[in-house]
Amino acid sequence: MKKTKMVLGLSLVAISGLIFMAADHADAPAVTGNASDITDVYAFQGQDNNNLVFAVNTQGLLTPSATAAAKFNDNVMIEINIDNTGDNVEDLVIQAIKRGNKMYFFGPVAPGNTGVSSTVKTAAAAGSVDITPYGSAPITSTSNGMKFFAGPRDDPFFFDLGQFKAILAGNATSFNNPGTDTFSGTNVLSTVIEVPKSLLGTTTSINVWAETKKKQ
Amino acid sequence: MKTNKFSKAALIVTIALGAVSCSNNDTTPIIPVQNVEFSGTYVQQDQMARPAINTVFIASGAPKDAFNAAIPSEMGASYQPIFQNRLLALNSLYTVNALGQTASQFTGLLSTDVLNVKKNGTTTFFDGTNVLTGRALADDVIDVELLLIFGGPTGTMNAGLTSDHVNANDKPFLTSFPYLAAAW
Repeated sequence: MKKTKMVLGLSLVAISGLIFMAADHADAPAVTGNASDITDVYAFQGQDNNNLVFAVNTQGLLTPSATAAAKFNDNVMIEINIDNTGDNVEDLVIQAIKRGNKMYFFGPVAPGNTGVSSTVKTAAAAGSVDITPYGSAPITSTSNGMKFFAGPRDDPFFFDLGQFKAILAGNATSFNNPGTDTFSGTNVLSTVIEVPKSLLGTTTSINVWAETKKKQ
Repeated sequence: MKTNKFSKAALIVTIALGAVSCSNNDTTPIIPVQNVEFSGTYVQQDQMARPAINTVFIASGAPKDAFNAAIPSEMGASYQPIFQNRLLALNSLYTVNALGQTASQFTGLLSTDVLNVKKNGTTTFFDGTNVLTGRALADDVIDVELLLIFGGPTGTMNAGLTSDHVNANDKPFLTSFPYLAAAW
Protein backbone atom coordinates (compact mmCIF):
# COMPACT_ATOMS: atom_id res chain seq x y z
CA MET A 1 0.00 0.00 0.00
CA LYS A 2 2.63 2.44 1.11
CA LYS A 3 4.82 1.35 -1.74
CA THR A 4 2.12 1.95 -4.33
CA LYS A 5 1.71 5.51 -3.15
CA MET A 6 5.43 6.05 -3.21
CA VAL A 7 5.88 4.62 -6.66
CA LEU A 8 3.06 6.80 -7.91
CA GLY A 9 4.88 9.75 -6.44
CA LEU A 10 8.03 8.73 -8.26
CA SER A 11 6.18 8.32 -11.55
CA LEU A 12 4.76 11.80 -11.25
CA VAL A 13 8.21 13.13 -10.66
CA ALA A 14 9.49 11.34 -13.71
CA ILE A 15 6.70 12.75 -15.80
CA SER A 16 7.31 16.24 -14.53
CA GLY A 17 10.80 16.04 -15.98
CA LEU A 18 12.99 15.18 -13.01
CA ILE A 19 15.65 12.91 -14.36
CA PHE A 20 18.10 11.62 -11.83
CA MET A 21 21.56 11.56 -13.30
CA ALA A 22 24.61 10.57 -11.34
CA ALA A 23 26.42 12.51 -8.66
CA ASP A 24 26.46 15.54 -10.89
CA HIS A 25 27.52 13.96 -14.15
CA ALA A 26 26.03 15.74 -17.13
CA ASP A 27 23.62 17.41 -14.77
CA ALA A 28 22.57 20.31 -16.96
CA PRO A 29 22.31 21.05 -20.67
CA ALA A 30 24.78 23.94 -20.79
CA VAL A 31 27.69 21.96 -19.39
CA THR A 32 27.01 18.36 -20.44
CA GLY A 33 29.95 16.75 -22.16
CA ASN A 34 32.34 19.68 -21.97
CA ALA A 35 35.24 20.76 -19.81
CA SER A 36 32.96 22.81 -17.55
CA ASP A 37 30.96 19.80 -16.37
CA ILE A 38 31.88 18.96 -12.79
CA THR A 39 31.00 15.36 -11.98
CA ASP A 40 32.06 15.14 -8.34
CA VAL A 41 33.85 17.01 -5.58
CA TYR A 42 35.72 15.32 -2.73
CA ALA A 43 37.27 16.83 0.38
CA PHE A 44 39.08 14.60 2.85
CA GLN A 45 42.00 14.40 5.22
CA GLY A 46 45.25 13.40 3.52
CA GLN A 47 47.64 10.59 4.31
CA ASP A 48 49.40 13.30 6.31
CA ASN A 49 46.75 14.31 8.86
CA ASN A 50 47.96 17.91 8.70
CA ASN A 51 46.64 18.19 5.16
CA LEU A 52 43.28 18.28 3.40
CA VAL A 53 42.81 16.90 -0.10
CA PHE A 54 40.46 18.41 -2.65
CA ALA A 55 39.56 16.45 -5.78
CA VAL A 56 37.43 17.94 -8.54
CA ASN A 57 36.39 15.63 -11.37
CA THR A 58 35.11 16.79 -14.74
CA GLN A 59 33.87 15.25 -18.01
CA GLY A 60 32.38 12.05 -16.67
CA LEU A 61 31.47 8.74 -18.26
CA LEU A 62 34.58 8.69 -20.44
CA THR A 63 35.09 5.26 -21.96
CA PRO A 64 38.69 4.04 -22.08
CA SER A 65 38.74 4.65 -25.84
CA ALA A 66 37.53 8.25 -25.38
CA THR A 67 39.84 9.09 -22.49
CA ALA A 68 43.08 9.80 -24.37
CA ALA A 69 41.33 12.48 -26.41
CA ALA A 70 39.66 14.16 -23.41
CA LYS A 71 41.41 17.44 -22.57
CA PHE A 72 41.29 20.17 -20.01
CA ASN A 73 40.38 23.50 -21.59
CA ASP A 74 42.59 26.62 -21.44
CA ASN A 75 39.49 28.77 -21.11
CA VAL A 76 37.97 26.89 -18.18
CA MET A 77 39.24 27.58 -14.67
CA ILE A 78 38.55 25.06 -11.94
CA GLU A 79 38.07 26.93 -8.68
CA ILE A 80 37.80 25.45 -5.19
CA ASN A 81 35.91 27.84 -2.95
CA ILE A 82 36.47 27.79 0.81
CA ASP A 83 34.32 29.56 3.38
CA ASN A 84 35.92 29.67 6.81
CA THR A 85 33.50 32.09 8.47
CA GLY A 86 30.25 30.12 8.11
CA ASP A 87 28.40 32.50 5.79
CA ASN A 88 28.74 30.35 2.62
CA VAL A 89 30.71 33.12 0.92
CA GLU A 90 34.21 32.18 -0.20
CA ASP A 91 37.05 33.59 1.92
CA LEU A 92 39.73 31.67 0.03
CA VAL A 93 39.99 30.17 -3.43
CA ILE A 94 42.36 27.67 -5.01
CA GLN A 95 42.40 28.04 -8.79
CA ALA A 96 43.59 25.55 -11.40
CA ILE A 97 43.94 26.39 -15.07
CA LYS A 98 45.63 24.71 -18.00
CA ARG A 99 48.28 26.28 -20.21
CA GLY A 100 50.15 24.13 -22.68
CA ASN A 101 50.77 20.70 -21.16
CA LYS A 102 50.69 21.99 -17.59
CA MET A 103 48.07 22.75 -14.99
CA TYR A 104 48.88 25.92 -13.00
CA PHE A 105 47.64 26.46 -9.46
CA PHE A 106 47.01 29.65 -7.48
CA GLY A 107 46.13 30.13 -3.81
CA PRO A 108 44.78 29.49 -1.27
CA VAL A 109 44.19 33.23 -1.48
CA ALA A 110 41.37 35.68 -0.90
CA PRO A 111 39.48 36.14 -4.18
CA GLY A 112 39.54 39.51 -5.92
CA ASN A 113 35.78 39.48 -5.60
CA THR A 114 33.36 36.81 -4.46
CA GLY A 115 30.60 35.30 -6.55
CA VAL A 116 30.23 34.31 -10.18
CA SER A 117 33.20 36.19 -11.70
CA SER A 118 36.88 35.58 -11.03
CA THR A 119 40.28 36.65 -12.24
CA VAL A 120 43.36 34.46 -11.95
CA LYS A 121 45.24 35.36 -8.76
CA THR A 122 48.64 35.38 -10.46
CA ALA A 123 50.37 36.98 -7.45
CA ALA A 124 49.49 33.88 -5.44
CA ALA A 125 51.02 31.30 -7.78
CA ALA A 126 51.33 28.06 -5.82
CA GLY A 127 52.81 25.65 -8.34
CA SER A 128 52.24 23.71 -11.52
CA VAL A 129 52.28 20.13 -12.69
CA ASP A 130 52.57 18.41 -16.05
CA ILE A 131 49.19 16.99 -17.06
CA THR A 132 49.49 13.22 -16.87
CA PRO A 133 48.83 11.63 -20.27
CA TYR A 134 46.34 8.76 -20.49
CA GLY A 135 48.03 5.47 -19.71
CA SER A 136 51.00 7.00 -17.86
CA ALA A 137 51.91 6.72 -14.20
CA PRO A 138 50.63 9.77 -12.29
CA ILE A 139 52.88 12.82 -12.54
CA THR A 140 52.72 14.85 -9.34
CA SER A 141 54.53 17.92 -8.09
CA THR A 142 55.06 19.53 -4.70
CA SER A 143 55.62 23.18 -3.88
CA ASN A 144 54.78 25.51 -1.02
CA GLY A 145 53.78 22.45 1.00
CA MET A 146 51.08 21.60 -1.53
CA LYS A 147 50.81 18.65 -3.90
CA PHE A 148 49.29 18.77 -7.37
CA PHE A 149 47.92 16.32 -9.93
CA ALA A 150 45.90 16.74 -13.13
CA GLY A 151 44.90 14.03 -15.58
CA PRO A 152 42.61 11.10 -16.27
CA ARG A 153 41.66 8.72 -13.42
CA ASP A 154 39.04 6.07 -12.81
CA ASP A 155 35.75 7.70 -11.84
CA PRO A 156 35.56 7.06 -8.08
CA PHE A 157 31.78 7.45 -8.10
CA PHE A 158 29.60 4.32 -7.89
CA PHE A 159 25.84 4.01 -8.29
CA ASP A 160 23.24 1.83 -9.99
CA LEU A 161 21.91 4.70 -12.03
CA GLY A 162 20.22 2.42 -14.55
CA GLN A 163 18.00 0.80 -11.93
CA PHE A 164 17.18 4.14 -10.35
CA LYS A 165 16.01 5.43 -13.72
CA ALA A 166 13.86 2.32 -14.10
CA ILE A 167 12.31 3.02 -10.69
CA LEU A 168 11.63 6.65 -11.61
CA ALA A 169 10.06 5.56 -14.88
CA GLY A 170 7.74 3.17 -13.05
CA ASN A 171 9.34 0.11 -14.61
CA ALA A 172 10.73 -1.20 -11.30
CA THR A 173 9.78 -0.84 -7.66
CA SER A 174 13.11 -1.48 -5.98
CA PHE A 175 16.86 -1.75 -6.46
CA ASN A 176 18.47 -5.05 -7.33
CA ASN A 177 20.74 -6.89 -4.94
CA PRO A 178 23.49 -6.87 -5.98
CA GLY A 179 23.18 -3.71 -8.04
CA THR A 180 25.12 -2.77 -11.16
CA ASP A 181 27.59 0.10 -11.03
CA THR A 182 26.74 2.33 -13.99
CA PHE A 183 30.15 4.02 -13.65
CA SER A 184 32.18 0.83 -13.70
CA GLY A 185 34.96 1.02 -16.26
CA THR A 186 34.62 4.76 -16.91
CA ASN A 187 37.03 7.63 -16.37
CA VAL A 188 37.04 11.32 -15.48
CA LEU A 189 39.55 14.15 -15.76
CA SER A 190 40.74 14.78 -12.21
CA THR A 191 42.37 17.73 -10.57
CA VAL A 192 43.72 16.81 -7.13
CA ILE A 193 45.29 19.24 -4.67
CA GLU A 194 46.65 18.45 -1.20
CA VAL A 195 46.92 21.51 1.04
CA PRO A 196 48.21 22.04 4.58
CA LYS A 197 45.23 22.74 6.83
CA SER A 198 47.17 25.68 8.23
CA LEU A 199 46.72 27.53 4.91
CA LEU A 200 42.93 27.36 5.20
CA GLY A 201 42.36 29.57 8.24
CA THR A 202 42.06 28.83 11.93
CA THR A 203 38.51 27.50 12.22
CA THR A 204 37.91 23.79 12.89
CA SER A 205 35.42 23.44 10.05
CA ILE A 206 35.06 24.95 6.60
CA ASN A 207 32.51 24.90 3.81
CA VAL A 208 33.82 23.85 0.41
CA TRP A 209 32.43 23.85 -3.12
CA ALA A 210 33.88 23.74 -6.63
CA GLU A 211 33.11 25.87 -9.62
CA THR A 212 34.13 25.89 -13.23
CA LYS A 213 34.50 29.36 -14.68
CA LYS A 214 34.87 30.16 -18.36
CA LYS A 215 36.88 33.00 -19.86
CA GLN A 216 34.68 35.69 -21.34
CA MET B 1 56.94 32.25 3.94
CA LYS B 2 55.48 35.67 3.55
CA THR B 3 58.78 37.01 2.28
CA ASN B 4 58.96 34.31 -0.35
CA LYS B 5 55.48 35.04 -1.48
CA PHE B 6 56.31 38.73 -1.68
CA SER B 7 59.38 38.25 -3.79
CA LYS B 8 57.44 36.04 -6.16
CA ALA B 9 54.78 38.68 -6.52
CA ALA B 10 57.45 41.28 -7.09
CA LEU B 11 59.10 39.13 -9.72
CA ILE B 12 55.89 38.68 -11.60
CA VAL B 13 55.25 42.40 -11.54
CA THR B 14 58.75 43.05 -12.79
CA ILE B 15 58.25 40.66 -15.67
CA ALA B 16 54.87 42.12 -16.43
CA LEU B 17 56.52 45.52 -16.77
CA GLY B 18 58.96 44.08 -19.23
CA ALA B 19 62.05 44.80 -17.19
CA VAL B 20 64.67 42.10 -17.47
CA SER B 21 66.61 41.60 -14.30
CA CYS B 22 69.00 38.83 -13.44
CA SER B 23 69.79 40.08 -9.99
CA ASN B 24 67.22 38.00 -8.19
CA ASN B 25 69.01 35.94 -5.59
CA ASP B 26 65.93 34.36 -4.14
CA THR B 27 66.63 30.69 -3.64
CA THR B 28 62.97 29.81 -3.55
CA PRO B 29 62.01 27.88 -6.65
CA ILE B 30 60.31 30.37 -8.88
CA ILE B 31 56.85 29.37 -9.94
CA PRO B 32 56.99 29.49 -13.72
CA VAL B 33 54.10 31.77 -14.49
CA GLN B 34 56.14 34.35 -16.38
CA ASN B 35 55.36 34.53 -20.07
CA VAL B 36 52.10 32.71 -19.45
CA GLU B 37 48.91 34.59 -20.12
CA PHE B 38 46.26 34.49 -17.40
CA SER B 39 44.37 37.72 -18.00
CA GLY B 40 40.63 38.07 -18.36
CA THR B 41 37.45 37.46 -16.45
CA TYR B 42 36.13 33.96 -15.83
CA VAL B 43 32.42 33.43 -15.25
CA GLN B 44 30.75 30.54 -13.44
CA GLN B 45 29.49 27.62 -15.58
CA ASP B 46 28.99 24.84 -13.05
CA GLN B 47 28.90 24.63 -9.27
CA MET B 48 28.96 21.54 -7.12
CA ALA B 49 29.54 20.38 -3.58
CA ARG B 50 27.31 17.60 -2.23
CA PRO B 51 26.80 14.69 -4.61
CA ALA B 52 23.67 14.46 -6.76
CA ILE B 53 21.98 17.56 -5.38
CA ASN B 54 21.33 19.35 -8.66
CA THR B 55 20.42 16.12 -10.36
CA VAL B 56 17.97 14.95 -7.70
CA PHE B 57 16.27 18.14 -6.70
CA ILE B 58 16.25 20.42 -9.73
CA ALA B 59 14.02 19.92 -12.77
CA SER B 60 15.58 19.13 -16.15
CA GLY B 61 16.63 21.72 -18.63
CA ALA B 62 17.00 25.41 -17.92
CA PRO B 63 16.47 25.15 -14.12
CA LYS B 64 19.58 22.95 -13.87
CA ASP B 65 21.65 25.55 -15.68
CA ALA B 66 20.27 28.22 -13.38
CA PHE B 67 21.19 26.23 -10.28
CA ASN B 68 24.72 25.71 -11.62
CA ALA B 69 25.06 29.46 -12.05
CA ALA B 70 23.86 30.20 -8.50
CA ILE B 71 26.18 30.92 -5.58
CA PRO B 72 25.75 29.08 -2.27
CA SER B 73 25.00 32.13 -0.12
CA GLU B 74 21.95 32.86 -2.27
CA MET B 75 20.75 29.29 -2.85
CA GLY B 76 18.82 28.64 0.34
CA ALA B 77 16.23 31.37 -0.12
CA SER B 78 15.58 30.49 -3.76
CA TYR B 79 15.76 26.74 -3.66
CA GLN B 80 14.56 25.43 -0.28
CA PRO B 81 10.86 25.44 -1.31
CA ILE B 82 11.69 23.76 -4.65
CA PHE B 83 13.75 21.09 -2.89
CA GLN B 84 10.96 20.45 -0.40
CA ASN B 85 8.43 19.93 -3.19
CA ARG B 86 10.79 17.50 -4.87
CA LEU B 87 11.42 15.61 -1.67
CA LEU B 88 7.70 15.16 -1.05
CA ALA B 89 7.17 14.12 -4.67
CA LEU B 90 9.85 11.47 -4.29
CA ASN B 91 8.46 10.27 -0.96
CA SER B 92 4.96 11.47 -0.22
CA LEU B 93 5.07 9.78 3.18
CA TYR B 94 8.16 11.71 4.35
CA THR B 95 7.88 12.83 7.97
CA VAL B 96 11.40 13.00 9.36
CA ASN B 97 14.57 11.23 8.27
CA ALA B 98 17.01 9.15 10.30
CA LEU B 99 18.72 12.36 11.42
CA GLY B 100 15.39 13.60 12.81
CA GLN B 101 15.13 16.33 10.18
CA THR B 102 11.73 17.50 8.97
CA ALA B 103 11.26 18.07 5.24
CA SER B 104 11.88 21.75 5.81
CA GLN B 105 15.05 21.17 7.86
CA PHE B 106 16.46 18.53 5.49
CA THR B 107 15.89 20.59 2.36
CA GLY B 108 17.08 23.73 4.14
CA LEU B 109 20.40 21.97 4.66
CA LEU B 110 20.64 20.53 1.15
CA SER B 111 19.59 23.62 -0.78
CA THR B 112 22.75 25.47 0.24
CA ASP B 113 25.14 23.32 -1.77
CA VAL B 114 28.39 23.25 0.19
CA LEU B 115 30.43 20.39 1.60
CA ASN B 116 30.94 20.80 5.33
CA VAL B 117 34.51 19.73 6.06
CA LYS B 118 36.16 19.20 9.43
CA LYS B 119 39.78 20.21 9.81
CA ASN B 120 40.33 18.31 13.04
CA GLY B 121 39.30 14.73 12.55
CA THR B 122 37.52 12.16 10.42
CA THR B 123 36.33 13.46 7.07
CA THR B 124 33.34 11.54 5.72
CA PHE B 125 29.90 12.08 4.24
CA PHE B 126 28.60 9.59 6.80
CA ASP B 127 30.38 6.67 8.44
CA GLY B 128 27.83 5.62 11.04
CA THR B 129 29.20 8.10 13.56
CA ASN B 130 30.32 11.27 11.81
CA VAL B 131 27.81 13.12 9.64
CA LEU B 132 28.78 15.58 6.90
CA THR B 133 32.38 16.16 7.92
CA GLY B 134 33.72 15.89 4.37
CA ARG B 135 33.50 13.47 1.49
CA ALA B 136 35.99 10.63 1.23
CA LEU B 137 36.46 8.67 -1.98
CA ALA B 138 35.01 5.44 -0.63
CA ASP B 139 31.92 6.99 0.99
CA ASP B 140 28.71 5.38 -0.24
CA VAL B 141 27.05 8.75 -0.63
CA ILE B 142 24.12 7.47 -2.70
CA ASP B 143 23.04 5.04 0.01
CA VAL B 144 23.21 7.84 2.57
CA GLU B 145 21.03 10.07 0.43
CA LEU B 146 18.58 7.28 -0.43
CA LEU B 147 18.28 6.41 3.25
CA LEU B 148 17.59 10.01 4.22
CA ILE B 149 15.07 10.52 1.40
CA PHE B 150 13.20 7.21 1.64
CA GLY B 151 14.08 5.52 4.92
CA GLY B 152 11.86 7.41 7.33
CA PRO B 153 12.70 8.15 10.97
CA THR B 154 14.41 4.84 11.64
CA GLY B 155 15.78 4.14 8.17
CA THR B 156 13.55 1.06 7.82
CA MET B 157 10.81 2.34 5.50
CA ASN B 158 10.84 1.56 1.77
CA ALA B 159 13.52 -1.09 2.21
CA GLY B 160 13.80 -1.66 -1.54
CA LEU B 161 14.75 1.96 -2.12
CA THR B 162 17.22 2.76 0.64
CA SER B 163 20.26 1.13 -0.95
CA ASP B 164 21.31 0.59 -4.54
CA HIS B 165 23.47 -2.34 -3.37
CA VAL B 166 26.54 -0.95 -5.10
CA ASN B 167 28.70 -0.45 -2.07
CA ALA B 168 32.18 0.27 -3.36
CA ASN B 169 34.13 1.59 -6.30
CA ASP B 170 35.17 -0.69 -9.16
CA LYS B 171 38.88 -0.13 -8.38
CA PRO B 172 40.66 0.21 -5.05
CA PHE B 173 41.87 3.68 -4.13
CA LEU B 174 45.50 4.55 -3.43
CA THR B 175 46.69 5.25 0.11
CA SER B 176 48.85 8.14 -1.09
CA PHE B 177 48.56 11.11 -3.41
CA PRO B 178 46.80 11.35 -5.86
CA TYR B 179 44.55 8.79 -4.10
CA LEU B 180 42.23 8.19 -7.09
CA ALA B 181 42.73 4.93 -9.00
CA ALA B 182 44.39 4.78 -12.42
CA ALA B 183 42.15 5.27 -15.44
CA TRP B 184 40.67 2.23 -17.19
